[in-house]
Amino acid sequence: MRLGSGAFAACCVVIEVLGVALFLRGFFPAPICFSSRTENEAEPPAPEPSSGASSNWTKLPPPLFSKIVIVLIDGLRDDFVFGSKGVKFMPYTTYLVEKGPSHSFVAEAKPPTVTMPRIKALMTGSLPGFIDVVRNLNSPTLLEDSVISRARAAGKRIVFYGDETWVKLFPKHFVEYDGTTSFFVSDYTEVDDNVTRHLDKVLKRRDWDMLILHYLGLDHIGHISGPSSPLIGHKLSEMDGVLMKVHTSLLSEERETLVPNLLVLCADHGMAETGGHGASSPEEVNTPLVLISSAFGRKHGDIRHPKRVQQTDLAATLSIGLGLPIPENSVGSLLFPVVEGKPMREQLRFLHLNTVQLSKLLQENVPSYKKDPGFEQFKVSERLHGNWIRLYLEESSSEVLFNLGSKLRRQYLDALRTLSLSLSRQMAQYDVYSMVVGTVVVLEVLTLLLLSVPQALSSKAELDVPLLSPVFSLLFYLVLLVLSALHVIVCTSAGSRCYLCSLSWPAAGGVMVLISTLLCAVTSALAKTLARGKLLSQTPAHPISRWSELDLLILLGTVGHVLSLGASSFVEEEHQTWYFLINTLCLALCHEVYRSCFLGDDCGPQHCLHAEEEPEGATPALQAKRADCNVLELDAVSKGPSSVEVPRGCERWMVLASPWLVLTCCRLLRSLNQTGVQWAHRPDLGHWLTSSDHKAELSVLAALSLIMIFVLVQRRCSPASKVAMAFGLLGVYCYRAAIGNVLFPWQQDNKDISKGITEARFVYVFVLGILFTGTKDLLKSQVITTDSAARTLGLWEVYSGLVLLAALLFRPHNLPVLVLSLLVQAILTTFIWRPLRHDAAEITVMHYWFGQAFFYFQGNSNSITTVDISAGFVGLDTYMEIPAVFLTAFATYAGPVLWASHLVNFLSSETNSSSALSHACFCYALVCSFPVSAYIILVTSLRYHLFIWSVFSPKLLYEGMHLLVTAAVCVFFTAMDRTNTKS
Amino acid sequence: MKDTDIKRLLYAHLLCIFSIILSIFIPSFFLENFSILETHLTWLCICSVFVTAVNLVLYLVGKPNTSSKRSSLSYKVTRLLKCCIYFLMSCFSFHVIFVLYGAPLTELVLETFSLAVLLSTFTTVPCLCLLGPNFKAWLRVFSRNGATSIWENSLQITTISSFVGTWLGAFPIPLDWGRPWQEWPISCTLGATFGYMAGLVISPLWIYWNRKELTYKNN
Repeated sequence: MRLGSGAFAACCVVIEVLGVALFLRGFFPAPICFSSRTENEAEPPAPEPSSGASSNWTKLPPPLFSKIVIVLIDGLRDDFVFGSKGVKFMPYTTYLVEKGPSHSFVAEAKPPTVTMPRIKALMTGSLPGFIDVVRNLNSPTLLEDSVISRARAAGKRIVFYGDETWVKLFPKHFVEYDGTTSFFVSDYTEVDDNVTRHLDKVLKRRDWDMLILHYLGLDHIGHISGPSSPLIGHKLSEMDGVLMKVHTSLLSEERETLVPNLLVLCADHGMAETGGHGASSPEEVNTPLVLISSAFGRKHGDIRHPKRVQQTDLAATLSIGLGLPIPENSVGSLLFPVVEGKPMREQLRFLHLNTVQLSKLLQENVPSYKKDPGFEQFKVSERLHGNWIRLYLEESSSEVLFNLGSKLRRQYLDALRTLSLSLSRQMAQYDVYSMVVGTVVVLEVLTLLLLSVPQALSSKAELDVPLLSPVFSLLFYLVLLVLSALHVIVCTSAGSRCYLCSLSWPAAGGVMVLISTLLCAVTSALAKTLARGKLLSQTPAHPISRWSELDLLILLGTVGHVLSLGASSFVEEEHQTWYFLINTLCLALCHEVYRSCFLGDDCGPQHCLHAEEEPEGATPALQAKRADCNVLELDAVSKGPSSVEVPRGCERWMVLASPWLVLTCCRLLRSLNQTGVQWAHRPDLGHWLTSSDHKAELSVLAALSLIMIFVLVQRRCSPASKVAMAFGLLGVYCYRAAIGNVLFPWQQDNKDISKGITEARFVYVFVLGILFTGTKDLLKSQVITTDSAARTLGLWEVYSGLVLLAALLFRPHNLPVLVLSLLVQAILTTFIWRPLRHDAAEITVMHYWFGQAFFYFQGNSNSITTVDISAGFVGLDTYMEIPAVFLTAFATYAGPVLWASHLVNFLSSETNSSSALSHACFCYALVCSFPVSAYIILVTSLRYHLFIWSVFSPKLLYEGMHLLVTAAVCVFFTAMDRTNTKS
Repeated sequence: MKDTDIKRLLYAHLLCIFSIILSIFIPSFFLENFSILETHLTWLCICSVFVTAVNLVLYLVGKPNTSSKRSSLSYKVTRLLKCCIYFLMSCFSFHVIFVLYGAPLTELVLETFSLAVLLSTFTTVPCLCLLGPNFKAWLRVFSRNGATSIWENSLQITTISSFVGTWLGAFPIPLDWGRPWQEWPISCTLGATFGYMAGLVISPLWIYWNRKELTYKNN
């Protein structure tokens, strides 16, 4: 079967996406839980252990508190309460923490520090899988056992006000609720007013047992202006007022009923120095947890350093406090100070309940649970506990009982800690089988791509895909048989939970067939390459083709970048790598430009040598040898005669200045968004612009940027799309003005912030219009006339439609990124690529590098924190999953996508070689899949690294997403290529 | 003819290396608390001065054969002035390039500039000594197959290895090891120095190795 190299590359990338998806499914462990939860429903609580004498206490202990109020403040960092900010802005809370009847802790949230997984962790006590981040916005109903569901089953009445996520997680659990949406990050007053307005009424009513308040405002302020903003202080004072109101009301009620209540102040996650959250810096992970109740003794102790506990401990504590069974998936341990004031027998009973629950969870999830030290400790403590109960029932002297009891208590606490720890560690159980299968698929695809480099980059740009070759059918069936046998063995062996095994037989069989087909293809490609190599070595004296410095740089840069991914710091600071590489690339281009300008045809003879070469098949052996990188071989093949036309006069000066212009643009963009980890706190232009004092400057900048975008894009548009573009960009400004990001000169003090839905939809209409015109032109050029001008026009219109969409989705301070990207593309096209006549492969890799750099110029990084989710809501009334995901993905990957589509434009308009596009597609696929494959192997080998969850896993998600985007780009390339060949 | 030339080249390069080593040890006799990392700027200045001096001495010793036309005083003065201007320009352009690479614009200006001076010493000064202030000659030497003598060849190698050393020196900066030498611009200066020294060692060896293949147009 003969395939064009572009189509072949697109197929390869699509298969690779499947492989990566399989790997991801195996890499991100499913959360640990009870496999059979229905039968556990009616299970009676564990009775008090007793040896000999029978204890009469088999029921659950009674609740400690009659009412519980949880005040959850989104994004509240520990130093906002316990630090200087707390003293200054939260005087009442500080008073309670320091002198009041309270226990305060620093609760450590596990990454990903995003709201939904954190709420789950607080209420179920389990550790939600990392993959939950992806589902953060689309929170499905929580089916797991949680404090809320237990409370509801026990007939408690729960009232909830605050973040809508809760209502989605627990749809039928609240007797009364009012969900506020975290939809508009720019709104930080109304979200909280919507919670507080219910407060007076509900506090007076007193017909509830549990009240949950989730305040979003603080987190929104963090997202807008960071943790050092003056707005934070106001918000903290407001929260202090809320806390005081709730506490006074609870106290006054206690005076009447004489039963203690509990007030919990907690947070789901902290706030990074940049204001976001999601990663695992100490600022994001450390949250305050303050338990206030008149049942506790007055405080002593050192409040500057509250004890560190886990966030998951709250679920167990709340269950005990309400007299409920502990949620069965909870890995937390009871916060012991809460029950400290109780009699010894009750204390031990609580601890016993918690240990029993944890050891059951351990039994479910660990086959070798009997060897676990925590389980052994538990068994010992339980036996001692039985003895203690016997002594107690026999009414021994109280002093002996107390001493024994406190010893036992210590043992229980140790057991709890060990159990909790080993359960948390269980999270890092990988589904190795799926990971291996995914890796094999990806590696086979990569090998196939590499082996087909010489063929695919030949001037014909076609290659044989040996799918149906009968010679390999025997191998194919053998491999398939072996794989199926392996599959059966793996899946029937005990104690493994594999995703692949849970798949249906046809699906798993399909994967096996895929693997063996790929293996056969690889083998045949290898055999072919070897044969050709032998042939070539017999024909003597093939000319030594030398690479230009640029090729060497491209090669080294690609390999160096891949190698750098092995170090966590380089993953965190990957933007530095790309900035460094494109700077070096610009300098190399500069060298080339200067040489061609000043020395003329100095390197002429060499290229003549290349031109004399037989272009096809002359150098494949050499190429196969160095095939492990890319592409660059093409220069030996298709670089034309290098009589570089030396421009004269003004243009010559522009050519000489152009690399420096590009470098300057990159330097400006670099200081726009500080990203990464180490230097993320440095001041940058982006923060300066987004602060509320500089709204006027931001407006001017945004307006100028939009005008510049128009100027740069309209050059090659048709008149109709020019007009559409102008209106669209105007609409973008109106949208930004409507949601309050920028100002109109005539409305200085107008404060009404709307969602800007009309404006955004107005822009969408133009985006769709331009895209539609472009597609129409493309189709016309394909079907009706074989007109390459119409095709170029259509491609440019599609490109400008994407630019308009990006302009709408980018935050206003990021609009310069878009402008400069267009500018750099224009400069490079006119003054460097066109006169220097680089070949398609080099241009592709350069486009890829610039695309990556612009991905980071936008302010992205390799942590989840920097994904701008608000882009997914532009112009949408409610959360709609598919458009929101698409818009967010486009806004995040706008840099690479725009550069890739510029590549299509450039190649189809500038070069007249028909194979340029398929070469480009092949190179793009290769250059993108190389890092992914290498990274998968790296991550597998580093899976017990300390930073695997905080650094490497988010990067893995980014890589997977990037591959998906690449697949889309490659398919687009191939479609364009098809139109090309048909015309 | 070549063996003597290569020997001379080797001695000259050994002298340069020796001057760098001296710049590490001599100042500690005169200055208190001198160490490469702590008083980095001082060391940079001393190193640049030493290397420049050695290069100038080598130039004066090794190139006496100037024609009578070129020995007039005014010619020499203008040439010297031109050289100085070239040197300063190269310092400034290196500074600009460092800033473009991401060095801070307003902070640590002195440090960045001294790195630029050091790199100019390693690259521009030998160029000026060997080729004179002639930009086209420079471009010729630094393009492929442009060298016309072993001196130019060694110049190519040392210059490129200094650049590569500086380039590689930037790599440890993002690592989170927290070492003192990771601070800007210490790792780069060290990289430049090591690159330069490596170039000095490698170039005679490389030329000796390839002496059969190296045929120059002029001789």
